[in-house]
Amino acid sequence: MSTTTLAALVPALPALGALAGLLLGRRAPGFVRPLAVLPTLAAAALAVAVAVRQGGGTPVRAATELAPTGNEALPIQLALNLDGFAVLVAVLVGVVATCVQLYSTGYLRDDPRYASYAALVSLFTAAMFLVVYSDDLIVLLVGWEVMGICSYFLVGHYWETPAARAASLKAFLVTKLGDVPFLIGILALASETGSFRISTVVTRLTSSLSGFELTHPTLIALLLLAGVAGKSAQLPLHSWLPDAMAGPTPVSALIHAATMVAAGIYFVARLLPVFTASAAALVVLAVLAALTMTGSALAALAQDDIKRVLAYSTISQLAYMAAALAVADRGAAVFHLLTHGAFKALLFLAAGVLIHTAGTNSLTVMARSGGIAKRAPDAFWTMTIALLALAAVPPFSGFFSKEAVLAGAEHAAFGNAHAPFEGAHAAPVSAGWIVLVAGLVTALLTAAYAARLWLLAFRGTPAVAPLAVRSEKAAEHVPEQVPQQAPETELAHPGPAHRPAHRAEQEAADSDALAHHPAPAVMTVVLWVLALPSLVLGLTFLVLPDWFDGASLTPTLTTSVLATGVTLVGGLLTYATWRHSSALAALHPEHDADPGVLLLGPLHRHAAAGFHLDALYSATVVRPVRSAARLVRFLDREVVDGYVAGAGRGSRLLGAAVRRAQTGNVQTYLGALLTGSLVLAVIAVVAVTGNGGA
Amino acid sequence: MHLAYPAVLAVLLFCVGLYGVLARRNAILVLMAVELMLNAVNLNLVAFDVWLRDTLHAGQALTLFTIAIAAAEIGIGLAIVLLVHRNRGSSDIDRLRDLRESGGPPGGDSSGGSRDEKSVAPATDNDADNDAESGSDQQVQGPAAGRRHA
Amino acid sequence: MSVLLAQPLAAGHPGFLSPSGVEIVFVLVGIVTLGAALVTVATRQLVHAALWLVVALGGIAVEYLLLTAEFIAWVQVLIYVGSVVVLILFGLMLTKAPIGRSPDADSGNRWIALAVSLAAATTLVTVVVDAFRSTWINVQEPTGPGSGSSEVTGTALFRHWVLPFEVLSVLLLAALVGAIVLSKRNKAGER
Repeated sequence: MSTTTLAALVPALPALGALAGLLLGRRAPGFVRPLAVLPTLAAAALAVAVAVRQGGGTPVRAATELAPTGNEALPIQLALNLDGFAVLVAVLVGVVATCVQLYSTGYLRDDPRYASYAALVSLFTAAMFLVVYSDDLIVLLVGWEVMGICSYFLVGHYWETPAARAASLKAFLVTKLGDVPFLIGILALASETGSFRISTVVTRLTSSLSGFELTHPTLIALLLLAGVAGKSAQLPLHSWLPDAMAGPTPVSALIHAATMVAAGIYFVARLLPVFTASAAALVVLAVLAALTMTGSALAALAQDDIKRVLAYSTISQLAYMAAALAVADRGAAVFHLLTHGAFKALLFLAAGVLIHTAGTNSLTVMARSGGIAKRAPDAFWTMTIALLALAAVPPFSGFFSKEAVLAGAEHAAFGNAHAPFEGAHAAPVSAGWIVLVAGLVTALLTAAYAARLWLLAFRGTPAVAPLAVRSEKAAEHVPEQVPQQAPETELAHPGPAHRPAHRAEQEAADSDALAHHPAPAVMTVVLWVLALPSLVLGLTFLVLPDWFDGASLTPTLTTSVLATGVTLVGGLLTYATWRHSSALAALHPEHDADPGVLLLGPLHRHAAAGFHLDALYSATVVRPVRSAARLVRFLDREVVDGYVAGAGRGSRLLGAAVRRAQTGNVQTYLGALLTGSLVLAVIAVVAVTGNGGA
Repeated sequence: MHLAYPAVLAVLLFCVGLYGVLARRNAILVLMAVELMLNAVNLNLVAFDVWLRDTLHAGQALTLFTIAIAAAEIGIGLAIVLLVHRNRGSSDIDRLRDLRESGGPPGGDSSGGSRDEKSVAPATDNDADNDAESGSDQQVQGPAAGRRHA
Repeated sequence: MSVLLAQPLAAGHPGFLSPSGVEIVFVLVGIVTLGAALVTVATRQLVHAALWLVVALGGIAVEYLLLTAEFIAWVQVLIYVGSVVVLILFGLMLTKAPIGRSPDADSGNRWIALAVSLAAATTLVTVVVDAFRSTWINVQEPTGPGSGSSEVTGTALFRHWVLPFEVLSVLLLAALVGAIVLSKRNKAGER
């Protein structure tokens, strides 16, 4: 089979698996697991095969016309574009999706809706493959939107809980909010460049011979950025991602590591010439990325829910990638995408095991109960590796990719940026400085929250007084974003009733009473499989430039020393604070062992609430929309319906009035009859004399 | 002679009869007003017959027919009025309102209830019947029996 | 009758201000007739109404005579004055009509009735006067029996109108039977 056929099979297989799973799920439950795992596994294997065949050489392209658009020059084509970026991201997607599917067979083994869940995950994967391989903007948009609807269904998997319903709606609406300008941007781009083919667009923009220039590069870039911000959870539209934790943990792993959020970064990477054509767009992207990475890192430091910590961490890391794109270094961006995909999937899956074991999402409760490291040793070790990778400690994968980003920023800041492709404008110096400073600050914060997560989850000591309330947090009136969300294990194993969360916490705190949850073997295996790339994927910086644009991804000395230094500082600072706070907590049970409270100080309250962005949106968007809806309802009920009801009431009144004439008195009838005939006679006479006489 | 004289007289007679038909309460008075209207028409017929000098004398022949029909009409009409009077105890036209739209408050003493109630209570006119048709002493049981038989 | 009508035909169409004798008599009798009719529909005494009806019908019979319709006039007297009014009087008695003034002789819609009839009168008089202002009836017979004599009427009736005449007799028979059935029904039911 040719490479093209193999590549076409990659998105097709999971899509067919999803279809079969949806059709057979109810009738043949025995086929659900193979149908979920095997197509994804095969697609992953094919993606690896495609990557090996392509080998980072010249891009393989193939196209067949899909639909005419009325403009002969602008057909929609089912086109493939297999270059180094595409095949490698596809491999990542395939591997992570396979791991997630395998993990889900264990994690959701008792879930009554597993069949539809697995089918939707397959469809999600297929859509991401489509986005990755597609060379046509419209086909890419199709995959993009399919991902949106899949994320809606999957985040709302536990639709019995109001939090999940709200989160799924929020994810859908926020991403759609970005997709509208995204669609407009795609159409504007296609009409200016005269093609929906990404490769054609890029060629025209980068070719030094044609001298082609976009007329409105900033406008198009900003429109596309809106969609990217929605999908990849960047600043104005990021708020759906922390709430999306209401979905099952494997779905979070899938969304955060390989699909959905990666799509936005990948899209910008593919169309980077469009963005580099406008320096303003790059600066905007840099500012947004800087704000996003620092803000969400601070927020991650304040969260109590382990999955929300990871979600804010994802937003922060995605901002790293966006920052790399802002300095026009797409090699670094995709490199970080790959390593981040590996260790973030590992983090989420390990967190799932932790939640499974501890029976709670809350870090505080985990810290109180303690001993989780002994009960889930695999999760402990793999999560340690992943957190080290996240914090960019030197030998792990995250170090190299983050250094690549920072090196790109440094090049841009000092004006010696290498042009990633022919004819590209150099990234603005201001963008370089912004990214560099924000990146270093975020490196400190990342180390801090990674250390906090690790310490609280695994180094907690069983508290003497387990009933101690979280008095400091309570005193600060921490607004809980997802207040007392029931642990997923409750939902995954439907009991007689949902136990109240506080009762679950008590049980979790009482380690003797807590039944030991052994994680299924398949889940553990998956963790170790993913731990391998988290360890060694960073070393591929030696070979990856051959697959990408050829720019070096080697860490530079200055940024390496700086970043590793601040990372160590962050980690040690957190450790010291934790020692202090846990000692304090041991003495005074009303104190919290959480080092984040002490580290952030007065900022903690705002960071825990995500810097009140949700409240802001609620005030500026939700409430006006609601009042507008009330107005429309009022107009509909009172005004429009008033006319309808008025017509009925009017005819009824008329009927009542006419009915009054039915007196039963013959003489009245006769009088009316004669009056009428008299009037008619007069009219007739007047008409006749008026016509004939005069 | 001017044709206007009989024509205007006929018109005025007709309108007087019209007023009587519309305004009178007693059914027999209404019948009298109807006779006036018929006579007004007859007067017109005769006057125009004389004016046109019709060889067939259609106007006068029609007048004769009208007179005969009027006689038949008054006979039948009086019979109906008598029957109504016997059943309802009244010959007032504006009380015969069974065909009016129901739902309003019952107005008039003979239109309030159902037909059966009214037809069972004709006791007031029994002696009138006895006067008119002497010797029918079994009249007391009233029209209800006849209705039952029918 | 023809002796009374001594108006020469050649006089053409004289105006309303120089009426002939026949016209004067016609108008006087017409006024009496109209007055009797008005009293008939306006009086509160039911029996008086029937008697005033006699006057009105008799007045119309006189008008027939003035229009040279002698046979019709006598038929009018015979049938209306003779039988119809008698029937009406019987009807009044059988329905226990009150002797003397009855305050509720007129129903509630007499004002509507008045308005309707006045409007009708206005309209019809206007139209009729406008149409027949200058039409002249020559009531003077040249020779032979008058056009309204019983000979002429009988000839026309039995020569040209035989079939309707016979049908009319059937109608009268049906009315007779109907009236009997209506009046006698109760007795038949009882026996």
